[in-house]
Amino acid sequence: MHSLDNLKKELSSVVKATTFSQYKFSESLGHGVLELPKEDIVPVIRFLRETGKFDFLMDVCGVDYPERQKRFDVVYHLFSSKTYQRLRIKVALAEGEEIDSITPFWKGANWFERETFDMFGIRFRGHPNLIKLLTHHQFVGHPLRKDYDADAQQHCDSALPIHFEPDPNYVEDGRSLVPLNIGPSHPATHGTLRVMVELDGEKIHRANVELGYLHRCFEKMAETHPYNQVIPYTDRLNYCSAPLNNVAYCKTVERLLGVEVPPKAQAMRIILSELARVIDHIVCIGANAVDLGALTTFFHLFTYREKVYTLFEKLCGARLTVALTRIGGMAQDAPPGWFNDVMQTVKEIRKGVDELDTLLSGNKIWIQRTQGVGAISADEAIAWGYTGPCLRAAGVSLDLRKADPYYMYGQLDFEVPIGSTGDVYDRYLVRVAEMRESLKIVEQVCKNIPEGDYTIRDRGIVLPEKKDVYGNIEGLMNHFMLIIKGLRPPVGEIYDATEGANGELGFYLVSDGSGRPYRLHVRPPCFAIYQSFSQQVTGGLVADVISVLGSMNLIAGELDR
Amino acid sequence: MNASTGSTAASASTSVGGTSVKDAQLEELSRSFAFTTRLDDIIAWGRKNSLWPMPYGTACCGIELMSVMGPKYDLARFGAEVVRFSPRQADLLIVAGTITEKMAPILVHIYQQMLDPKYVISMGACASSGGFYRAYHVLQGIDKVIPVDVFVPGCPPTPEAVLDGVLALQRLIATHQPRPWKDNWKAPDYAQLG
Ligand code: SF4
Repeated sequence: MHSLDNLKKELSSVVKATTFSQYKFSESLGHGVLELPKEDIVPVIRFLRETGKFDFLMDVCGVDYPERQKRFDVVYHLFSSKTYQRLRIKVALAEGEEIDSITPFWKGANWFERETFDMFGIRFRGHPNLIKLLTHHQFVGHPLRKDYDADAQQHCDSALPIHFEPDPNYVEDGRSLVPLNIGPSHPATHGTLRVMVELDGEKIHRANVELGYLHRCFEKMAETHPYNQVIPYTDRLNYCSAPLNNVAYCKTVERLLGVEVPPKAQAMRIILSELARVIDHIVCIGANAVDLGALTTFFHLFTYREKVYTLFEKLCGARLTVALTRIGGMAQDAPPGWFNDVMQTVKEIRKGVDELDTLLSGNKIWIQRTQGVGAISADEAIAWGYTGPCLRAAGVSLDLRKADPYYMYGQLDFEVPIGSTGDVYDRYLVRVAEMRESLKIVEQVCKNIPEGDYTIRDRGIVLPEKKDVYGNIEGLMNHFMLIIKGLRPPVGEIYDATEGANGELGFYLVSDGSGRPYRLHVRPPCFAIYQSFSQQVTGGLVADVISVLGSMNLIAGELDR
Repeated sequence: MNASTGSTAASASTSVGGTSVKDAQLEELSRSFAFTTRLDDIIAWGRKNSLWPMPYGTACCGIELMSVMGPKYDLARFGAEVVRFSPRQADLLIVAGTITEKMAPILVHIYQQMLDPKYVISMGACASSGGFYRAYHVLQGIDKVIPVDVFVPGCPPTPEAVLDGVLALQRLIATHQPRPWKDNWKAPDYAQLG
């Protein structure tokens, strides 16, 4: 890959020759990989960031290899929105070794590094607030280390008092400020978010959030289950749009396996994904509106969400957690007439979206509560790691379905709507426009359902059909072998991303060739976005907290994992 | 029979028994007096048809609970539509979703703030047993920390199943089922209200 060679040349001129000899460049499934010693992380990151070679820091995570002398890997994933290239940087660390924090270059590194500290005990030097992020405050140990048992629970008997991030610029000026705690059980926090603010009258002086109230150990569970059994866990990441997670995970594993799913499966995946995107936006807008007092919108929109659930139910029996994809394709074919039902429902939803548009877009109260609230510039948004509708609302046209088209997205006709100010109102407008585009996509695909099988028939990957299992000895043997041995991707690693409803949904998978993922890390879109929350609401009114919170579309399942 | 139905029955029996009859046998008789049982039943009838739920939706089940409240399944048909987000105003706690170890003390706190009579429905596999999260940060069932009246299975349970759970609770209230799990419940040590 010539860009990797370029990178090599350029880097050789900025770093010391003695350490440069230790750099390892390679390519893995289309992404550049760079391994370097820990001393060099800051100069290299600075170079890549300041020259604009990579403008997005997508993810930071750890991996534990207890038998290695340098036990941990810290893995960074960078992305360029100009060339759409990705780079993985890996740094090996021994137990007890520290690495420099890269928060000065990307603010968005903050929580990713904190999480890595929480899960592995890796310390980041210079991090502004290196404390636990997901596990509770009485939790001892680092659960994603290989020597921590998946089911070793530790009880918690209290909640932390209101606390704020240390801020060197913060001055106590003698004003009497009122601390206010919102959540984790509060109607406007949708699940399990906890927000803490300090008020000067109605104005927010300081704000902070606490995570982890729904930390269900997804990544540890993935390490203890066979590949296909991880699929139901992915459903429960962003449970408002479960199929998108299924697709993203399966696509990752398939890419590592080097297989491509047949056109029919691709079509079904696209339909499910886009319908999921629509209902995800419905929940987001509906809940955002209901929190600001617009109950009608909520009930009205939920009628259409029910219709999509009815479609899912017809397809597979489940409404919310469909888990219909399998590695290699789909679990089953669509029942006769299902695609027509989809077409019918799409028509109805389109009407619903138009009605929503009439109800809210010109509504004075809605406009006053949302316009100018939570505005963010494109550069800020990128520094925080925003992706998806929130980034596009700030005017950046980045959508992986266009930028790096997977499946048939490249041949479909749809637009990527963008906003300009990044405020809550623009986020709303972008979501409404996206719903229309998604419906357009579903229609196009439904009109042209490819013939053929709904899954590949590779015996080492996909279970045989039930009629063969019960009907002939080959089928039975095949089933038995696959269940006993498990599906085994080759040794290797991959980061693969799709456009989730909230933004880039990425999976980083490390395979050691066994029947279970050695490490599966998910990059949830709302995690990066939520980091900016404290900064976004500071200086605003307390009522705006609710409006900003709703517009970020935080789903605790994927936020806390 | 729970605490407050008990006291109604007692006051009814003194007003009946207040007519100078102090005989133990009559006292005994008055307990089975038609009027007292009727009053209990009326109270139970009112109670069962006007449950005020507090939805404690923490995860995916919470999303399904929205559907239960929403237009199609409409919990209002069973008299339980007045959703309260303040535990002090609710008498039915619907725990819908995974409760993590971190959340557990907060759940106990919420439960303690509810006034008697109070009921708990555990919706879904996670709330009932930890579900398929046999994991280091997940509470293996909310009955480890608070008393549960009805467990609704499913992951997530269908809205129909949740409605069925509410109906089961209504039957339990209507028939004055003893609830030893509730009566014998002791708050965890950390949650003793000073
Ligand atoms: S029972 Fe299933 S659907 Fe409900 S919270 Fe648990 S994982 Fe989610």
